[in-house]
Amino acid sequence: MAVETRTIAAASGDTEMLISGSEACAEALTLADIDVVTAYPIRPYDTVMQAIAKKIANGKLVAEYIVAEGEHSQFEIVKHASTVGARVFCGSSGVGWMYAMECLTVTPPLRVPMVAMVGNRALDDPGAFGVEHNDALVVRDLGWLLIWVDTAQEMLDTALLAYRIAEDRRVFLPIAISADGAFLTHSQALVQVPTKAKVDRFLPKYDRGDLQLHPDNPISVAPQANEDWVIEIRRQNNEAMSRAYTVIEEAYADFREVFGRGPENPWFEEYMTADAEVILMGMGTISLPLKVGIRNMRAQGKKVGLIRPRWFRPFPTEKMAAALSRAGAIGVIDRDYSFGSPFGSGVVANEIRAALYNADKRPPLLSFIGGLGGREVTLADVSRVADMCFAAARAGKSDLKTHWLGVRE
Amino acid sequence: MAHFTCEVVYRGIFQKNLASRICRGIVFSARQAGRWGIAFGRYGDSPQRNGIPAKDFAIVADSQEELEQNMARYEPQEVDVTICVDDTLSKGLESWAWYGLQPINRLTLPGGTLLMTSLQPAEDLLKDIHKKEAPYTLALLRAKASFSGLWVYREDHTEARILGALARIKPDFLSLDAVCQAIKDAEWGSEVKVASARKAHGRLETRPVNSTEGNAETPFSFEKPKWWEMREGVSIPAIPVGKPMEGGRGYVPERNPYFKKFTSRTMRPVIDFDKCVKCTLCWLQCPDSCFDVTPDGLYDADMEACCGCGVCEAVCPAKECITMVNEAAFDDNASQWEAWRKDKDRYRAWLTAKARDGAHVARSHGFRFRGQYEQELKQDLDTGGIEITTGIPGENAGLKKA
Repeated sequence: MAVETRTIAAASGDTEMLISGSEACAEALTLADIDVVTAYPIRPYDTVMQAIAKKIANGKLVAEYIVAEGEHSQFEIVKHASTVGARVFCGSSGVGWMYAMECLTVTPPLRVPMVAMVGNRALDDPGAFGVEHNDALVVRDLGWLLIWVDTAQEMLDTALLAYRIAEDRRVFLPIAISADGAFLTHSQALVQVPTKAKVDRFLPKYDRGDLQLHPDNPISVAPQANEDWVIEIRRQNNEAMSRAYTVIEEAYADFREVFGRGPENPWFEEYMTADAEVILMGMGTISLPLKVGIRNMRAQGKKVGLIRPRWFRPFPTEKMAAALSRAGAIGVIDRDYSFGSPFGSGVVANEIRAALYNADKRPPLLSFIGGLGGREVTLADVSRVADMCFAAARAGKSDLKTHWLGVRE
Repeated sequence: MAHFTCEVVYRGIFQKNLASRICRGIVFSARQAGRWGIAFGRYGDSPQRNGIPAKDFAIVADSQEELEQNMARYEPQEVDVTICVDDTLSKGLESWAWYGLQPINRLTLPGGTLLMTSLQPAEDLLKDIHKKEAPYTLALLRAKASFSGLWVYREDHTEARILGALARIKPDFLSLDAVCQAIKDAEWGSEVKVASARKAHGRLETRPVNSTEGNAETPFSFEKPKWWEMREGVSIPAIPVGKPMEGGRGYVPERNPYFKKFTSRTMRPVIDFDKCVKCTLCWLQCPDSCFDVTPDGLYDADMEACCGCGVCEAVCPAKECITMVNEAAFDDNASQWEAWRKDKDRYRAWLTAKARDGAHVARSHGFRFRGQYEQELKQDLDTGGIEITTGIPGENAGLKKA
């Protein structure tokens, strides 16, 4: 059977560069002409701050580059800069992101369209720097838009999309773009970098309107409020998150028109799912061993496909449920953990279960946890997962255990 | 099956411990008869500030099940007894978490009781207390407002006296014996406090109030916006610049509509305009921008906005120009400058009566001189308290007479 490969056609004027996911992010920031960026080193995010510093040093980008004394200040500074109307960027990894937690919490209610990159990293302890997704997932309930990307190209494109979506007045919420440590942040690939003219067509100037802190628009931001006000503020936040569904669809449509590439479906990537009996799932670069494994299995006649969620917040509930209902069985590999959760499953598996709850057809779902701490998910892991899913598809049911992949036993 | 609900309206910080003691005492007293109870503060009031009106509640019931109906509620919707421990609150209150003016008797049930500590005649209080549709009883305990600080309670037996008075108002729930036993056993272990409670029980004055009596003014209210009407981003508009007072002269600042207004005030500044040197200090230092600049360059404190902090008096360099006077001496918030401009002789007479009369300028909180506490305590004994024999902790203890 024919094997699909994906090639990106260079649109006119694009420059091809061999760059890492982090450098691709810096290219996007330069094209988006950001105003303020703050930095505090932590691996793997530090590769982005180095790449931006180089852009500024080389005169390619004019921006305030502020080295903070820690991640909390790092995020506070850009939060404030954004309220006066600056386009801002920030980022961190693992426990650095945790250290900024208080600021991460207050950013959505203040409706600050900050774009952040999370170089996903295991949370200490043990002190480790390989990828796990728990760092970014910690803010999943707080009003951050969350997206996972799997290639340097997607990182660049998504960073441009992120400013367009976050800075839309209907949304005005922060976006965190997750990039797997090492596999994406530290590995270089060929990336098509668009022209500034195209980006300017796609990305309007950031206009904070009546929420801008300015002497001509005197307002007070973040006063103390009691129980008479809080639930209304949460309700506003919820509304903004709901509106993001439409804004995301619009932004991707415009992106395809301006840049001549980009997915039809912003929410998740479907790979060989049209006739798939088994659908495997995972966020981030885990898609790569999954795709290779799927191609190998397809060569053996096994009908298996992939759904790789991009947007985790807002979660594409109906679309996801519709896409998965077609399958005979689903295998979700979480690169995260949620100790004590229902079935001991990872965060993604339980979100998928929740999304399917009202579906007419609920295929058996097998939950896996793997690749923690940056361990590789191997092709052998992938075929084991698929075999178990095929067995569940035949049986029409699955056990509700969570299976750990690649653990020494 | 029956329950009894009581609120204590008090001045934040200054009377925090007093209110808490009263509510705990109610529960302990009811417990003597096997009843169940809870004591709690209005949580939104809990970040208290000096003088800002606040509320504590005590609810006691025959059974735990009945009590549960009243638990995990933000605040009761109605109360059998409203206890007000500072009579300047009779003008109404805006608590920390309350918007608009809440009449002091707002939650008092028809036929319920408003119990106040006050030295004012009932008729004077009823000039301030808002009218209520249903009749109720005004009960007066002759006492000055008991003010102290965040961590301390002024041991003037106000809590015991309130409990003794409650035993008179609601004997079926709190018998005098139960109150005395609770005071002795549960919390304070003090025979002298028991004696104070018994005296208060005997001395309580009551007076029925009918629906025609009271302040007829409609209390100002505040409409809270809907979620989609509120500005997004937890942001609120700043206060606009003010306007000239009249004829393009003077200056009236715009004031924050979200700010509390005058009900935090226990003392107000009375201004002798003839002594003003126009130094601007009161206007500059007022934390609530409550001074209007008059066309003739004087400074007139807006009594709707003044919180009574006393900073203006403290910074004023002119002798006897600004004098803080107890709020109980006033019935309205009219402009002093307008009165002065209209009739200077009449204003002088008014000012002399208010500001030069020792009865009205005694501080309700804070000390003006060392030994003031002991001196005032002696006076309190003559108006209804009893001799306190226990020692007072701290440096003042040595100054007490043996």
